[in-house]
Amino acid sequence: MEYIDLHAHMVSRTTDDYERMALSGCLALTEPAFWAGYDRRSVDVFADYFDRLTDFEPKRAALYGIQHYTWLCLNPKEGEDRELTRQVLDIIPEFLDKPNVLGIGEIGLNRVTRNELATFNDHVDLAVAHDQLIHIHTPHLEDKYKGTKAIVDALVADGRVQPGRVMVDHAEEHTLPMILEGGFWTGITLYPTTKTSPGRAVDMVERYGSERICVASACDWGPSDPLAVPRFILEMRRRGHGEDFIRKIVFENPVAFLGQSPKFQLPQARAASVVG
Amino acid sequence: MATDVSSCPLTQRQLIDEYFIEHRTKVLDIAAFLDRMDRAAARDGEDDFRFIAFRETLRELCSGVPGRIERVQMILSDRTTEPLAELDRKAAYGASIQRVPEQEEVRDGIH
Repeated sequence: MEYIDLHAHMVSRTTDDYERMALSGCLALTEPAFWAGYDRRSVDVFADYFDRLTDFEPKRAALYGIQHYTWLCLNPKEGEDRELTRQVLDIIPEFLDKPNVLGIGEIGLNRVTRNELATFNDHVDLAVAHDQLIHIHTPHLEDKYKGTKAIVDALVADGRVQPGRVMVDHAEEHTLPMILEGGFWTGITLYPTTKTSPGRAVDMVERYGSERICVASACDWGPSDPLAVPRFILEMRRRGHGEDFIRKIVFENPVAFLGQSPKFQLPQARAASVVG
Repeated sequence: MATDVSSCPLTQRQLIDEYFIEHRTKVLDIAAFLDRMDRAAARDGEDDFRFIAFRETLRELCSGVPGRIERVQMILSDRTTEPLAELDRKAAYGASIQRVPEQEEVRDGIH
């Protein structure tokens, strides 16, 4: 089945992974800017990183017929450093006109500190000022509930933000309802050990339906699976769900959210088959 | 809200036929972990906040009331609301070291 992986950190993956994703039906993916596993020490490193996300990665993906899109930011794991934040925010506008940049992301919170919140708000200001879509990271494990609530409350109180142009990612059972009730799109992350298994993701879809819900691998430099979305498809079939229902979640919903950016283009051969 | 919410399409018998073995394995892994803790070289983790939360989640699994997953998630969550004054560490532990006396009240807000 054709699918779109809404969250894949391909800078950490090999070209073989692009090939395997293409073989399994991946037509497009989006790559949010993220933490490299260590704190970067200067804004120049971010400039190089954004250059790779907007030039080298789309070329590498295109070799396998995959459309590569990206989101730019300083990741929440580095958001405590307010001076570096200011410097990175200053250079992001230089990249916003690149053809594969869909918006600002993955912004959000990590340990839910005051500085992280300030950095998150700065990124929201940037997105609003440049009319960009927003992709949001919610914290890990025990910090998820607290962080997700802080993010949702901040955005709901911010009259400038249109919830339908925001993806709040890494939702789990205890956070997904508050995200949907806020009018946001939400992502369920198929990531071993620390996020959601395919079985639990299918449970959530059964309980909350398919409106404004997407799934993604979030494959990165940690133990993760670039074929996680096909595994979700397999689990949906194992549970007895129909092909149309599955396709809505793995293809039509991502198209509906990403299509709000004029830069997002479906491959022409497939565009005709997408239902409203 | 969504209009295509459904129950699981499979019957209980079908779920057991399809999924019993893999969940049997998971239960055995937990049982073995608890036995391993008893056999540990030192009994120095009985009051570890992670192990306390873990045992609490096991009690929740025996509940006959739907919503176990949400309740387990909240047992393992930081239920405080104030932001940290500054970053203390990068990584999460998996259970909250913070304890809030009114946690039952907060948990009741989750559906």
